[in-house]
Amino acid sequence: MIRPALPYLLVAVLAGLGVYGILARRHAVLVLIGVELLLGAAGLLLVTVGQTTTATDPAAATSGQVLTLFVITIAAAEVVLALALILALFRARGHVDLHADLDPREEAAR
Amino acid sequence: MLFVAVGLLTAGSGLLAVTSRQVLHAALWLVVALAGLAGCYLVLGAELVGLVQLLVYVGAVVVLILFALMLTRSGGVPVVTGPAQRGAAALVGAGTTVLLGGALLAGSGWGAVQVAGPTNTQVAEGILGTYVWPFELLSGLLLLALVAAVAIARTPTGGREGET
Repeated sequence: MIRPALPYLLVAVLAGLGVYGILARRHAVLVLIGVELLLGAAGLLLVTVGQTTTATDPAAATSGQVLTLFVITIAAAEVVLALALILALFRARGHVDLHADLDPREEAAR
Repeated sequence: MLFVAVGLLTAGSGLLAVTSRQVLHAALWLVVALAGLAGCYLVLGAELVGLVQLLVYVGAVVVLILFALMLTRSGGVPVVTGPAQRGAAALVGAGTTVLLGGALLAGSGWGAVQVAGPTNTQVAEGILGTYVWPFELLSGLLLLALVAAVAIARTPTGGREGET
């Protein structure tokens, strides 16, 4: 027996923390950490719904866990691409500060 | 209850991951938060998802993030925004929590239910039966992401050759 309210509460807290992390960070890699928490909240919501509702159709009964596996996989692909972009940004500019001036003319003149 | 303990661990380490001013500490707290999330999946009876989460996130994604943090190390750059934007971000985050939590709690109520998830055999049959085409597409997506990441990271700085 489990109260579904508790996982739902954790989903809400993790989503809020993820949004805060995305908005309040200047370091590009730390913004990604917020994205990871947001994706984790989405996965936990899917698993909770899948585990606490009863469905007779096997495709519907497994959809919560299967979709969470898909979300985890897509998140891994997203992280790989984002980190490659951040590395390219670091090699081009020497920092990954998202609040720095990104005017290309100024960069070229430097 | 077990879930309360694991959930508090996850939420607390998640909070530290988004507020820590040391970039490496933030990444290490993210490890704890994601491992706690895997524990939540285990408590909810989704063993396969929990173990995949542990394998993919704690094993692969966090190692990538730590590598990126090491490789993009540049001293003196502030990692958090100014107090005004932090306050606005906290407001938006708290609003997200309240709205999402309110909607979910209003929909579910406080009652306890039996955990009635599918067995791992059923999940495997779902992946390789009903959801086999998305599953195969995902392998293509992973390959594409790998190749694209190598292509992006290998691009010489300052645009293409001949432009600089």
